[in-house]
Amino acid sequence: MMRLKPAEIAERVAQDIPDGAYVNLGIGMPTMVANYVSDDRQVIYQSENGILGVGPAPAPGEEDPDLINAGKQFVTLLPGGAYFDNAESFAMMRGGHLDLAVLGAFQVSEKGDLANWATNNDTYPPAVGGAMDLAVGAKQVFVIMSHTTKSGEPKILESCNYPLTGAAVVKRIYTDLAVLDVTDDGLRVRQLHGDNTFDEVQALTGATLLPAQN
Amino acid sequence: MINKVWDSFESAVSDVKDGDSVMIGGFGSSGFPLQLIEALRQHGARDLTVISNNAGVGDEGIASLLKDRLVRKIVCSFPRSAGSVWFERLYEEGAIELELVPQGTLAERIRAAGAGIGGFYTPTGYGTRLAEGKETKVIDGRGYVLETALPADVALIKAQRADAWGNLIYNTAGRNFNPPMATAATLTVAEVERVEAVGDLDPECIVTPGIFVDRVVAQKEWRNDAA
Repeated sequence: MMRLKPAEIAERVAQDIPDGAYVNLGIGMPTMVANYVSDDRQVIYQSENGILGVGPAPAPGEEDPDLINAGKQFVTLLPGGAYFDNAESFAMMRGGHLDLAVLGAFQVSEKGDLANWATNNDTYPPAVGGAMDLAVGAKQVFVIMSHTTKSGEPKILESCNYPLTGAAVVKRIYTDLAVLDVTDDGLRVRQLHGDNTFDEVQALTGATLLPAQN
Repeated sequence: MINKVWDSFESAVSDVKDGDSVMIGGFGSSGFPLQLIEALRQHGARDLTVISNNAGVGDEGIASLLKDRLVRKIVCSFPRSAGSVWFERLYEEGAIELELVPQGTLAERIRAAGAGIGGFYTPTGYGTRLAEGKETKVIDGRGYVLETALPADVALIKAQRADAWGNLIYNTAGRNFNPPMATAATLTVAEVERVEAVGDLDPECIVTPGIFVDRVVAQKEWRNDAA
């Protein structure tokens, strides 16, 4: 089977980010998406700690110790960017002003339920950050993740068995095997990578898939 | 004459009491009032409830309060990150209580406290474990969770510039939780890089008006006596 590398999945997500969009990229694989948005599109990135217009990493020695993104990496501010406090930052999210959030996930259900903040290991202290606010707040939520766990277990399920981040919030899932849309009818294949077949992807998915339309 | 400038961090936190709730501004590695936190650690008030986005990393800042076992409870959104060893150790021992709050709910609960709002309905967390036991309501077909205001006895915040009236201007993303926390505590103490003359801060650029700030202390050269 054809399995995209993480950077290749990020590149695939980037193709679907429209010109002019206000976008929040989650920590980890989602952050890579910005590297692949083509130069003919202007995308404004929000960082939950209070930045609109996040720019690339600063040159060595040029770091502002306060100017970090949600992943605590040093960043820059693009011309036209702005700073604001956390209450305003999350008002921006919950108020529906962000066009898109790209998030990682442990599991996604066929209804678009998202689980990305906690596992069932209670001995480990939980952390949630801004994930729940983003999940309900952005106009659209895209998930970028591997199709299965490292041991080959499906991460796309009829219902999540990890604690939910948000219910029925995911619009589209980008994995190393395929792109899936969450629709009222169920999970519909939007794209199969390479020569992957519907049956191959279905076999690694814990929910019933609908074939691509058109 | 209004003059909110105090000449030492130690005196500015000397009336923090055992059992107080203490908001601490900052996010990740940005915008923390590190010298105020060190003064609080040396002051030694115990049994504190700390309200902050993170639970500290390494041995500095909030982690130093945990290491000295001055904190009974922490209210935060993201306690666990690379290097949060003291939080993890105390959590494992059952020596610290954790109230985990989604980041936007944390910010809004603080904002509500400062704005005289008793509570609010938010869609964040609806249908999740973090809403268990909380009142919910469906408004126009969407589910919401009732969250209550989160005030504190003390807020320790970090800004870049201040004047004697307590007006504050911040540095880039160091702003984070500092402005809402300034509004939500009985006593707000700001650590700043410099104090300027009243009238010199551009009123169009002041982020926190001085009415929210009780004490301002300018940074001295950083000395960690514990090291």
